[in-house]
Amino acid sequence: MTRLDLVPLWAAVPVAILLVIGATLALLGAVGLLRLRTFYDRLHAPTLCTSWGTAATILASMVMFTTMSGRPVIHEIVIGIFVMITTPITLLMLGRAALRRDRAKDPTMLDEGARLPLIERDDGTKEAAKTLEGDENAPQEAPPQPMGN
Amino acid sequence: MRSWLPHPVLSLALTLMWLLLTRFSLGNLVLGGAISIAAGLSVARLQLPSAPLRNYHKIVWLAAIVGVDIIRSNIDVARVILAGPDSPNTKSGFMVVQLRLRNRNALALLAMILTATPGTAWVEYDPSSGRLLLHVLDLVDPAEWQNLIKNRYEALLMEIFE
Repeated sequence: MTRLDLVPLWAAVPVAILLVIGATLALLGAVGLLRLRTFYDRLHAPTLCTSWGTAATILASMVMFTTMSGRPVIHEIVIGIFVMITTPITLLMLGRAALRRDRAKDPTMLDEGARLPLIERDDGTKEAAKTLEGDENAPQEAPPQPMGN
Repeated sequence: MRSWLPHPVLSLALTLMWLLLTRFSLGNLVLGGAISIAAGLSVARLQLPSAPLRNYHKIVWLAAIVGVDIIRSNIDVARVILAGPDSPNTKSGFMVVQLRLRNRNALALLAMILTATPGTAWVEYDPSSGRLLLHVLDLVDPAEWQNLIKNRYEALLMEIFE
């Protein structure tokens, strides 16, 4: 009836699964963007869409149109490569801008890593590898309150 | 050969992309080839730091490792998001990694890998000290992340680039 009938079942099932995986990851990325609390946490959410969210959708498209047209359709891979290359650039700039903003508010925050304990592994010894529970909670939960008042 | 084809790999990749995006034909091969040679010449004008690669086969290995790690961290981040921000099991935060890697192209690639991987974001790198500031969504065991970056990615990148 439709062109979709040209797709045999053995291809339709993986295409459907991949599409559901891709769409679910994209949805989760969007949900994470809403639900996560700090700006830095939210930086991680969209990478769900741009990594396997995109990859699964692209794979589904490649399988689908390759079986439908009877010749290899792989130009979607170019989309994947460009999404992979360009997203980190945006996220990196956003992260650095946020850090600059937070440092302007609180100059001691993450100051050149001075307050951050360093974890060294080069010489085999592991130095105090605790992160900055204090640093992390203090500056990020403190600023909203003065702003609310 | 160097004078008209300064970036053979780039030109080849561009030609392949051209052929992927169009239907393969002799005309497209000639047109795409001409465009990618022109692109290679204009990139040469930018005088980018050249990156002589040591081990080509290691790149394939690196891509495979990164691919698997991205699948794993997709699952991890999805779990963190589903658990919600108030879950006591998840704790995000910054960490510092001391890098030995100095090659600029290798650092760019590492930045891309870490940022494209859900759960880790490259925030700041200080070239004079080699310290990298990372934000990690699931910072339960910082030593584990340290180990992952230094022994899995950095070691391989140093073999490829330096």
